[in-house]
Amino acid sequence: MKTQFRIAVLTLSLLLVAGLFVRSAPTVGASATGQIVGTAKLEGQAPHQKPIDMSKDPACAQLSGGATVTSENVVVGPNGGLANVVVYISQGLTGNEAAISSQPATFDQKGCKYVPHVVALNVGQHMTVLNSDKTAHNIHPQPSPTGGNAQWNKSQTVGGGPIDVAWTNVEVAIPVKCNIHPWMRGYIAVVKGPFGLSNDTGAFKLDNVPPGTYTLTAWQETYGTQAQNVTVAAGKPATTDFTYKAK
Amino acid sequence: MVGKIFAVVVVLITLATAYCVMAHVWWMPVDISVHGPKIDHQIEETILVAGLLFVAGQLVLASFAFVYGGATSKPKQIPGGAKPLVIFAFVLVGAEILALSFIGSKAWGAVYFEAPDPGSMRIDVQAGQFAYYFRYPGPDGKFGPLHPDLINEGTQNYFGIDTDHDQDAKDDIVTAELAIPVNKPILLTLHSKDVGHSFYVRELRVQQDFVPGLNIPIHFTATQTGRFEIVCTQLCGLGHYNMKAYLSVLSPADFDDWLKKQAAAQ
Repeated sequence: MKTQFRIAVLTLSLLLVAGLFVRSAPTVGASATGQIVGTAKLEGQAPHQKPIDMSKDPACAQLSGGATVTSENVVVGPNGGLANVVVYISQGLTGNEAAISSQPATFDQKGCKYVPHVVALNVGQHMTVLNSDKTAHNIHPQPSPTGGNAQWNKSQTVGGGPIDVAWTNVEVAIPVKCNIHPWMRGYIAVVKGPFGLSNDTGAFKLDNVPPGTYTLTAWQETYGTQAQNVTVAAGKPATTDFTYKAK
Repeated sequence: MVGKIFAVVVVLITLATAYCVMAHVWWMPVDISVHGPKIDHQIEETILVAGLLFVAGQLVLASFAFVYGGATSKPKQIPGGAKPLVIFAFVLVGAEILALSFIGSKAWGAVYFEAPDPGSMRIDVQAGQFAYYFRYPGPDGKFGPLHPDLINEGTQNYFGIDTDHDQDAKDDIVTAELAIPVNKPILLTLHSKDVGHSFYVRELRVQQDFVPGLNIPIHFTATQTGRFEIVCTQLCGLGHYNMKAYLSVLSPADFDDWLKKQAAAQ
């Protein structure tokens, strides 16, 4: 009886301590982890992005509201900032990274294109596929046959419920197509550890990177991958820029 | 009594059907092609012959039902005997089918065996699950060679053309809509990149399958401007219901404008 009581007290106090630890984790993490920031840039003339003719499906053409929708193979912002570049740690992870986010990544079908065009997420992190269009879509991710991720192909009707999916293996990146609208193309980058995705100005940021030396890899759908070594110290952002040359 | 009611209903249905066909209720859409009248004539002829037999058959059925429907003593024999009747029916139907095939082959031959006009405008068609794409040769009048390994829908290279290396491909114009000038002979070459599809435009009276691995020519001349639907009529997979494109028949000036705009967007 006495032993059981002691075990119960011990468990409770351990839980209490653990709870305090979890609550205070962000502040502890901020001081104990670093950050990688940088910009992805394109040097030279970006290739012409062909306008997409969606007349085959009037629901799509209507949604774009007369605005010209183009391919998004290379999206360049002001000053050559290259968008949709996935930056992740390809070597040097020690396993003490922050747990994967419980927030699902969102992959929407809007105006008969994928929003975002490139989605990055962790292995095991959930992803929610939505259909905001007034037309049916067919989501068809095509992972490499040898990469360990399963290929699937699901229809999502108008007003159809979200599709929840998680990926089991690292793969940068899985192309996604729509079997109904052949021009639709998106990418899912599945990585381990911290990752960043460059925005319209080319800027990216990797948060919660434990101090250490890493190989940082950038991936862009048309120009492929580049790698650089980076050393991260606690509390101070390390800067790494990637420059792609236009073909 | 039941037999007589049945006979009356059969006659009413037959007359109503005959009226709908003869008055062209639910008829074919307007024909906009040069070869179309031959096809329409053939369809009229087929419906006339089949319709006469249909009406005759239904009337015979109704009269038998009327006379013998409620009778307690059934006739033991078909009047005149069964054998001559079967032979008569066999010869009649056989002759009809032969006649239709013979007359029909002329309409079919006019579309398929007549060589296309040497001045035809050539357009390539690529069918794939589940859309059509069209290719115009551009100012040089030459199509670049096709490289199926280069087909990439993500970069909108639906045909697999190599604009970096093939001189003839550099000015090729790929579109999602088939625009043609009115009254100009058109020669399409149909390719499929995956499975069997079909190119069907009701108003053009053209329906031709795509067969993967074959380049299938089809030629026609449109006589009216307008926008018409191109649909796939060969079940090709999950998105078959959504496989379509539009045919725009334009005046020559409008067509030139359209083609210029498309060329600029490449």
